Amino acid sequence: MTTDVVADRRRRPVVKVGSIAGMVVLILAAIVAFGPLLWTLSTSLRSPAGAFSNPPQWIPTDWDFGNYAAVFQQIPIGQFFLNSVIVTVLIVAGQTITCTLSGYAFAMVSFPGKNAIFAVFLATMMVPLQTIIIPVFIIVRMLGLSDSLGALIIPALGSAFGTFLMRQYFMQMPRELGEAGRIDGATHFGVFRHIYARMATPAIATLAILNFSGFWAEFYRPLIFLNAQDHFTLPLGLVGLQGNLGTGSISVVLAGVILAMIPSVLLFVFAQRYFIEGVTAGSFR
Amino acid sequence: MYTSTETQAVASRVTAQVAVRRPGARRTARREAVFGYLMIGLAVAFVTVFTLIPILVSLGLSFFSWDVITPPQFIGVKNFTRLFSDGQVLSSFGVTVLLAVGIVVLQISLGLLLAVLVNSRKHAWTKAFFRTTFYLPLLASTAAVSIFMGYLFDAKFGLINYYLGELGLPAVPWLVNPVTAQITMVLIVVWQQVGFTFVLFVASLASVPTDVLEAASIDGAGTWRTLFRIKVPLISPTILFATVVAMINAMQLFDQPFIMTKGGPGTATTTATISMYQTGFQNLQFGYASAIAILLLVIILLITGVQFLAARKLVFYQ
Repeated sequence: MTTDVVADRRRRPVVKVGSIAGMVVLILAAIVAFGPLLWTLSTSLRSPAGAFSNPPQWIPTDWDFGNYAAVFQQIPIGQFFLNSVIVTVLIVAGQTITCTLSGYAFAMVSFPGKNAIFAVFLATMMVPLQTIIIPVFIIVRMLGLSDSLGALIIPALGSAFGTFLMRQYFMQMPRELGEAGRIDGATHFGVFRHIYARMATPAIATLAILNFSGFWAEFYRPLIFLNAQDHFTLPLGLVGLQGNLGTGSISVVLAGVILAMIPSVLLFVFAQRYFIEGVTAGSFR
Repeated sequence: MYTSTETQAVASRVTAQVAVRRPGARRTARREAVFGYLMIGLAVAFVTVFTLIPILVSLGLSFFSWDVITPPQFIGVKNFTRLFSDGQVLSSFGVTVLLAVGIVVLQISLGLLLAVLVNSRKHAWTKAFFRTTFYLPLLASTAAVSIFMGYLFDAKFGLINYYLGELGLPAVPWLVNPVTAQITMVLIVVWQQVGFTFVLFVASLASVPTDVLEAASIDGAGTWRTLFRIKVPLISPTILFATVVAMINAMQLFDQPFIMTKGGPGTATTTATISMYQTGFQNLQFGYASAIAILLLVIILLITGVQFLAARKLVFYQ
């Protein structure tokens, strides 16, 4: 097979050029992906007067934290932050409980009507939020939750997608463990709590991260359900801040943007694995 | 010999006879069933009240005229006949499909390109570096992205036009001109979302069996042939999944155009969801808005169905 050797010798430099070209494309893409975030950070540290001067100082020499103090003076960002924390934490905790319980039952417990109920759950996953928002708005009003954080929290405590995610994970677990536990005299709930729920920690972490990312950033439901500024969550409050101010204080708005991103970035640093898991978790593997 | 679960499974299907033979089995099965219902109870209650019933109510409301203040009036299919002759609403669906197609095509092809390039790097840290970098935009909320992108794409003072000027290129009226505003929306969504498809494709490419790639290499297949004849077909189920998810999300585009342009200039970036929001929550026409919401659902279901049908020819399942 001499031709192969010749072909290989001819191809090798081409592969190297291709590899360098590929690296150039990757670095360009990385600059495009990171540039706007870096600009936001560096502009938030510049004095409001110089915020819109081009070219920007990509790495500011004098760090001016005055914009961060100004955000607290101009909007109740502390209150927004607290509201976002309350909403996100309660939804994450609630879905962890409801979805772990139901996901386990759909995977491991036999009861009449199981497949039919699960099919209905799967079908609701296809429905966009916008299609159900008006009835949810009406129900929220009937429950007396209008313009409160409860309007965001309570409708989000159960989830067909979360149930599906947890079920997929429990399906992979060996049934023998539970059977052994039952023979040893454990109750159904005991088997769930002491054996399977403990093994499900990675799936619970993935679901929690997915929910955190989703609800921390949520804009649509807060826009519709909340009226009083005291109840605003961060995304809604920041858009309000931008709308209320002239172009003079971009750096103040961007300081708010950075403040709102800090929890996501911190969580990403410590639990990057589960963010990545979360992306692939929904696909039918 | 039966294990206890097998006995329960049999007992739950064959009831009477087994119960006669083994009095305990029926009780055990019933106890397990009660446990199952208790476990799904919370999730079923929440999904029923806040998803299932709202779907039905939304469908029902689409046949009513309701201004929230006076009681709803049944008007049959009038909302839908009105919808199909309402130029503004129809145009918002057109805008939605146009933007969604642009977003999905770019997001999938760019995500695939970056994933293939990263996958071909040898060092683990290089892969980790790019994976982290391309994921970063997803850490910002859509509201935050809309805010800082609004500044960057500003036609007069924005950084992007500044750098275009430095390169000797003319300034682009990004959000000022209808067509460029649509392009800007596509670019901004893709900028943030490409990390999602990228991560999916990287994971999928990593699972392509190495023996297949070695066999191809021994047979003399070059980089491009290996990519298009082996890798892409092997990960085609993931490409389908990413396409469907990206499409469903893009069809619901709301935050970026609502925050950045309020649907403008004119109605160039008024998507179906913005049109529904204006009809329902600004003009208080809940019945008509429900009809728009139902049409959106139907279109999303149709597009998803078409994607799966098209995929039957293109997707390769191992």
